[in-house]
Amino acid sequence: MQIPESWLRSMVDPPASTAELAHLLTMSGLEIESCDPVAPHFTGVVTAKVLVVEKHPNADRLTVCRVDAGKELLTVVCGAPNVRAGMNVPLARPGARLPGKDGTPLEIKVATMRGVESQGMLCSAGELGLSQDRSGLLELSAEAPVGRDLRDWLALDDHVFTIKLTPNRADCLSVLGVAREVAALTGAKLRPPVTPHVPPKIGATHPVRITHAQGCGRFTGRVIRNVDAAAPTPDWMKQRLERAGQRSISALVDVTNYVMLELGRPLHVYDLDKLRGPITVRFGIRGEKVLLLNEREVEVDESVLCITDDSGVIGLAGIMGGNATKADSGTRNVFLEAAFFFPDAIAGRTRRWNFASDAAHRFERGVDFDNNIAGIERATALLLEICGGEPGPTVDQVERLPERKPVVMRVARARKVIGVPIPEPEMADAFARLALPCVKRGETLVVTPPSYRFDLEVEEDLIEEVARMHGFERIPANPPRAPARMHTRAEARLSLPALRERLAGSDYQEVINFSFVDAQWEADFGGEANPIRLLNPIASHLSVMRSTLIGSLVANLRYNLARKLPRIRVFEVGRVFLRDPGATDTPFSVAGLRQPMRVAAAAFGPAYEQQWGEPERDVDFYDMKGDLEAVLAPRRARFEAAAHPALHPGRSARVVLDGAAVGWVGELHPQWRLKYELPGPVTLFEMDVEPLSRIDVPRYQAVSRFPAVRRDIAVEVSADLPVQAILDGLMTRKAAIVDDIAVFDVYRGKGIGQGKKGLAFRVLLQDTQKTLTDAEVDAAMAGLREVLEKQYGAKLRQ
Amino acid sequence: MKDIGHIVADAQAAFEAAGDLAQLDRVKARFLGKTGVLTGLLKGLGRLPASERPQAGARINEVKEAVERLLEARRAAIQNEKLARQLAADSLDVTLPGRRRGRGSIHPVIRTWQRIEEIFGSVGFDVADGPEIESDWYNFTALNQPENHPARSMHDTFYVEGADSKGQPLLLRTHMSPMQVRYARMHMPPIKAIAPGRTYRVDSDATHSPMFHQVEGLWIDEDISFADLKGVYTDFLRRFFETDELRVRFRPSFFPFTEPSAEIDMKFAGGPLEGKWLEISGAGQVHPNVVRNFGLDPERYMGFAFGSGLERLTMLRYGITDLRLFYDGDLRFLRQFA
Repeated sequence: MQIPESWLRSMVDPPASTAELAHLLTMSGLEIESCDPVAPHFTGVVTAKVLVVEKHPNADRLTVCRVDAGKELLTVVCGAPNVRAGMNVPLARPGARLPGKDGTPLEIKVATMRGVESQGMLCSAGELGLSQDRSGLLELSAEAPVGRDLRDWLALDDHVFTIKLTPNRADCLSVLGVAREVAALTGAKLRPPVTPHVPPKIGATHPVRITHAQGCGRFTGRVIRNVDAAAPTPDWMKQRLERAGQRSISALVDVTNYVMLELGRPLHVYDLDKLRGPITVRFGIRGEKVLLLNEREVEVDESVLCITDDSGVIGLAGIMGGNATKADSGTRNVFLEAAFFFPDAIAGRTRRWNFASDAAHRFERGVDFDNNIAGIERATALLLEICGGEPGPTVDQVERLPERKPVVMRVARARKVIGVPIPEPEMADAFARLALPCVKRGETLVVTPPSYRFDLEVEEDLIEEVARMHGFERIPANPPRAPARMHTRAEARLSLPALRERLAGSDYQEVINFSFVDAQWEADFGGEANPIRLLNPIASHLSVMRSTLIGSLVANLRYNLARKLPRIRVFEVGRVFLRDPGATDTPFSVAGLRQPMRVAAAAFGPAYEQQWGEPERDVDFYDMKGDLEAVLAPRRARFEAAAHPALHPGRSARVVLDGAAVGWVGELHPQWRLKYELPGPVTLFEMDVEPLSRIDVPRYQAVSRFPAVRRDIAVEVSADLPVQAILDGLMTRKAAIVDDIAVFDVYRGKGIGQGKKGLAFRVLLQDTQKTLTDAEVDAAMAGLREVLEKQYGAKLRQ
Repeated sequence: MKDIGHIVADAQAAFEAAGDLAQLDRVKARFLGKTGVLTGLLKGLGRLPASERPQAGARINEVKEAVERLLEARRAAIQNEKLARQLAADSLDVTLPGRRRGRGSIHPVIRTWQRIEEIFGSVGFDVADGPEIESDWYNFTALNQPENHPARSMHDTFYVEGADSKGQPLLLRTHMSPMQVRYARMHMPPIKAIAPGRTYRVDSDATHSPMFHQVEGLWIDEDISFADLKGVYTDFLRRFFETDELRVRFRPSFFPFTEPSAEIDMKFAGGPLEGKWLEISGAGQVHPNVVRNFGLDPERYMGFAFGSGLERLTMLRYGITDLRLFYDGDLRFLRQFA
């Protein structure tokens, strides 16, 4: 909301500078977002009248003007197209300093222009920095006296406060409201505008019926006949409206807007002759339509409070009037409305049509229900002054008004919540300054909120007022205090920071991607044809919730590839979103959904950064698997060949931890590589985080004092036999002294039969009780060889 | 007996002339070998008169020992030279870069997230997280924002298809405050927790991202006051920015779920943003209606909550000027946080 400082000071004028006033308001909860001068600094500009305009003898586009500057007559050369004798304009006299283009003031001097001496300059609004308009002279009103300082005449030494009001402070949505606040904060006297009773001259009224008092509690109306709707809005009113951010429309509308800004009292003006029968305030009927003042046709229903007449809906109560009954320049007779609509009957309604209005903004937050008559009287007085006319009597219909229950505040509670032992008299004084009627009852203060305050219903509301008036800055900052209990992360958990650190340590760069993605990614990388959709996405490529992190990581690769990075390794930790009809509401979950945390990584390009000491090669499946195994350590996962929509069917594995499938590792399917224009293989993994986080606290096992024995076995087996199967077989049938079996070489080619592969196993044998004998070792190795030969058809190699 | 002292000098010169061990052995023979000079002298002792023998023998042995010492010294020198040559030949260009695996880094927003967990963890705050697709009740109603409440328009909410178990539309959490309620319903006071996480609002321009991060903080006990909020949050900011010069102010504001409510501003004493008040957080004493929704009696328990944007804290901490950099995944940006 914008409020000109001069308008505010007309109601309360504390001895505080503009900056002090702005700071005071900000620190009391009325945040001043900006405080802008209405005009840049300039001096030496006066009001003047152009007396004579003659052509310049030596220039076609210039004129030579005789100008009355009050004390003297001056000759001024002028280039403006709109200059004419008789007009009032701003004159920059010699010595004047105007706002320059880049901050340096422009000084006006007596100058000879094409042979004619010019004793100053006639100014456009643009030249004075009042607007961008440099097309012609700023024409001042005919009433402007000559020789007055222009800043004075146009009240340019003024500032506009832009206030960011919180929704609870509807009472401050007017100059009067802010003035009340300033008076409370400074103790300066409040001088509200006077609203004298304007006695009726005629008996005319217009009938109004309220059928839904739960929506419309009060309707105050007045007929005024024979107004001159074409009368111009006076300059002073235009100026205040414009500085308050309100465009001048017509005198009739301007007066209603003025009273709204001044008193916080929304009004509506109807063309009485366009009303068809009595006005009825009622809820709408589904299907009814109305064309509004903003040229929008809207359809209403039972939840929308409407102003109606015999023709149907003619306006949305508390939101906007209708086009059919609007007052325009041809209007002769008007009907003024000052109603009270309950916030609940207005709130949220405009959102469905996606427009806002000043009235709705106020009514949904709460409008003073006790200033209807004052508002009508004020508007009547202004209208008669500007447009003339004969007012009828004010008809005030009160059906139901909001209750103002006394609110009890315990002094002790206030002290406890604020944390400061504020003396009770200071609390009572805070309420007095805010003009909140307050009585002391025992150890409590009881406040009855006024009609314009909709934010005082419970004890805390009053405590907040006390804290505000005391000043937040005066409340001490207590250092944190708590029992000195020790805290630490459980040792048997791999924390998220530790998980991230492992991946960063493996040369992956963490990224954060949006949780909503392109539906196509879900189809391609998740095999998800029916992802969870957003109802109001900001863009079609951000329209579904992701069920996999893979699509986002592929996009990260593409982004960086487009920027010519040769090697890209990224990871992300984030939730994915899955439908799960079995999921119920718990403290951790929402029914029907699973939202597990995942971690995923992707790598593209050389396995290692290009360097002199290592040959360059592209990252492959086993690099990625190794990185994943390092993340999982010390636990060992099992990897089972299985198909995933995103992955190469021959190069993808399901990751199994403690018997449960917890993720995938593999190479991106070549078809997606092609489709997403990735010029080389991409490897990736995606894992659930929860199972990764469970790790065991290390458990000591005796270290043997006896030497271990290492033996190797080399065999040739069928090429398609998975190594894991052989290892599983060996480990289940091995002798007790066999401590570990590992593959240390895989080879094909020379010496290996067609369809076969060579494998070399390293076997570690160990007894914790004694030194092994050759016979024991030989027997154990023979057992392993037998398993290899009989179970896996292996041929021993020497 | 004639003077034999010159033999030592001769041997020294001969040993010095030997370039390697083989040459040295050959030269050695000339002095100490079977036909060597000193061997000859010893053999000639018998020919001397008995009275001269002891003295001459002592003298010869003296010379012989001196020659042997010279020989050993020369042998050691030759070996050292050889080792030195070997080492010189083996030397590396130590200025070549090391063989490296490379190192990634943590996203700057997560870096902030982790630092916040650490700072609050140091005074006993637990860390909570929960669902991002949230129910209307947790996101709004439980936080004292019934339907049509004007404060709801402060949030531009993303809705997702489907409904919660109360038949209300599902939404993406617009703030981390729902975690207050979720966490508090699971724990008994004293409740001290922070909840960092992803949040969503329908807003996308140079200074707004439709997805962003917030951290919510909550401390509920029998007597946690607004003054405690001021102390905790001020201390947090000074630890986070690692300066006690930071000025912090609290000014009245409005949130449906706190009262009194405050907007928290901070001001640096130096640097590019010196002297400007910067909005950093919204906070306040938890509203009694919300305490009731925690399942607690507001007459007995009270405390504060705050919510801060992680992106804003991160930008101020590291001097980042463009919000969008956080979500582009541009490695040239992210690598700066290694």
